[in-house]
Amino acid sequence: MLKVIERAKVWFAISLTIIIVGMVAWAVKGLNLGIDFKGGTVVTIKMNSEPNNDVLEEIRKISAKYDSSAQVQKVGTDEVTIRGNSITDEQIPKLYKEIKDKYNLKDANPRQTDRIGPSIGKELRRNAIYSSLAAVVLMLIYISLRFEFKFGVAAVIALIHDVLVTITVYVLLQIPVNSSFVAAILTVLGYSINDTIVVFDRIRENNKKHAFATKRELVNASITQTLTRSINTVLTTLFTITALYLVGVTSVKDFALPLIIGILSGTYSSIFIASPIWYYWTERKIA
Amino acid sequence: MQLKTKSRLKFTIASLLIVIFAYILSNGLIIGDYQIKSLGSITKLGLDLKGGVYIEEEIKGENISKDTIDRTKELIELRVNALGVNESVVTVTQQNRIRIEIPGVYDAENALKQIGKTGKLTFRGPNNDIVITGEDIKDASVGVNQQTNQPVVQLKLNESGTKKFAEATAKYQGKVISIYMDEELVSAPVVKSVITTGEAIIEGSKDIEEAKRLAGIIKSGALPVELVPATVKTIGPSLGADAIPTSKKAAVIGITLVMLFMAIYYRIPGIIADLALAVYIMLTMLIFTTALKATLTLPGIAGLLLSVGMAVDANVLIFERIKEELKLGKSLRSAVDAGFNRALPSILDSNITTIIAGLVLMWLGAGQVKGFALTLVTGVVCSLFTAVTVTKFLLKNFVNSNWIENKKMYGA
Repeated sequence: MLKVIERAKVWFAISLTIIIVGMVAWAVKGLNLGIDFKGGTVVTIKMNSEPNNDVLEEIRKISAKYDSSAQVQKVGTDEVTIRGNSITDEQIPKLYKEIKDKYNLKDANPRQTDRIGPSIGKELRRNAIYSSLAAVVLMLIYISLRFEFKFGVAAVIALIHDVLVTITVYVLLQIPVNSSFVAAILTVLGYSINDTIVVFDRIRENNKKHAFATKRELVNASITQTLTRSINTVLTTLFTITALYLVGVTSVKDFALPLIIGILSGTYSSIFIASPIWYYWTERKIA
Repeated sequence: MQLKTKSRLKFTIASLLIVIFAYILSNGLIIGDYQIKSLGSITKLGLDLKGGVYIEEEIKGENISKDTIDRTKELIELRVNALGVNESVVTVTQQNRIRIEIPGVYDAENALKQIGKTGKLTFRGPNNDIVITGEDIKDASVGVNQQTNQPVVQLKLNESGTKKFAEATAKYQGKVISIYMDEELVSAPVVKSVITTGEAIIEGSKDIEEAKRLAGIIKSGALPVELVPATVKTIGPSLGADAIPTSKKAAVIGITLVMLFMAIYYRIPGIIADLALAVYIMLTMLIFTTALKATLTLPGIAGLLLSVGMAVDANVLIFERIKEELKLGKSLRSAVDAGFNRALPSILDSNITTIIAGLVLMWLGAGQVKGFALTLVTGVVCSLFTAVTVTKFLLKNFVNSNWIENKKMYGA
């Protein structure tokens, strides 16, 4: 039998360390808000070969004619992005033509261009936060009805844990936060709650059977019994998402990496966070 | 018939059907005059996969009526269609923005110019003098000339228009009054008689479609609101050309790994889960392409692939329970029964919690959040059906067939 409860302090310490590092980095560095949230213009260009620093510097000089604050970055192997706050719809074709002529590019048009007004992001963010909060409250009610309130709270804490870990990935790797960020967080949310409920369901079932002498044994045994399932499900889920990460295009990679970590975190938290929290909360009352 | 024979028959027919359907849906089928198209060919690709221009126009001003917004939308549709693309989509979003998707067009600057032009409608006399403008027109609709059976555009003018038009038709009887949208000639009818009633018909449209187009242009006239392009995106053709094959590759690798894993780890139940997974993939794809008429986007592909990995979860739960029951020394049949029964509460509770979250997001969420929630709920419901119902049917019949009775092949 696994001794999860006995080492609960270790698990809490690991999670807290990761989350604190993430939150401090969030406060210091901030999220790398992409244009979906911040507004602005991004022009993505496919070069004929991998651009060296001289090429990037040259592209930066060309871009500065249109927007002095423009940033130029290499993405993947042969793509370059130009980010600016004031590049207009009319300027984009001119900017691209200059670069295209200089480097003899094959594409007649930029690989991708995005210009977004700043107001959209705010609405999207507010809506995403409010609707997710409403979803969490309703899940809490359902779990309280089907299980008990304390299971619900423990599951929600595990959920917040996973969301924070996922945000940590975005902060530390400075992955651009765009609208796919919302989808990533919601996916982690769905996976995390699903995984936690399966463990709790086993605790509830074993508790009804009075199969174990102590609550500690009950929780440890339930985790052990569901462990193979937890591992196998996370494996099959990771197979597909990792395949996407490895072969996908840049925007898919940006979406897949935080998901991989978030889903791993979801499995970890249902075993090492949610169950110990429920144990300590209910045990203290009995003692 | 014996139970054994019956079960063998049921299992064989069901698995054959799954394989045949999978083959037809991935390759398509032609029998005589009938053709079943493959899933790949009926799936509509999103702009991020096929390339094109995406524009979100913000409507300026407050308290704009739904009528005005609908008129604006129709007008934009006319202008977008004039760019010569067939599959353009114009929709009004929840925040009263107008979303325009034009596949196959990469010149955003020109598209913006076309959409944003003032759209001033004028009727001009032979000397290019303006007779009436869009503001003088009350309504324009399509009708049929009872005598010639030809489609016509029926014009209704307001008071000031009636007066001006009566004067103009008197002056230019027998001559041409041209209808212009900005500087573009739309129609050039000849004045046949003096019109004093404020009601006129324009003949000469080739078919109903052309008459409708003309009526639409006349009716919509100038843009009733000021539009500001809030978001402009172009996706060049090279991105889709890269994204489609890499996504396909990821799908093949990912799904193969999941199926191999299930077959190797769970043996016979694993292979049956793979059959159920095939049903899951076909079912969700069919629902998305036909019932929901969804377009496949890059995040959508990621979501579908993720759901494939998660869809086998219910089967993993069931098979783990079956293993436990077998280890307790139960017979194969009762272990399978008990496995399903024991696993069901946790499958239901975990999935219902997810569905609750999905429904809330569908109600309250906007844009992408709503779309995500719809995908999530559809995926969960489909996987519940396939992983429980389909797997149960196949596994029970396989066990009853007595083909393989070695418990090791069931994971014990």
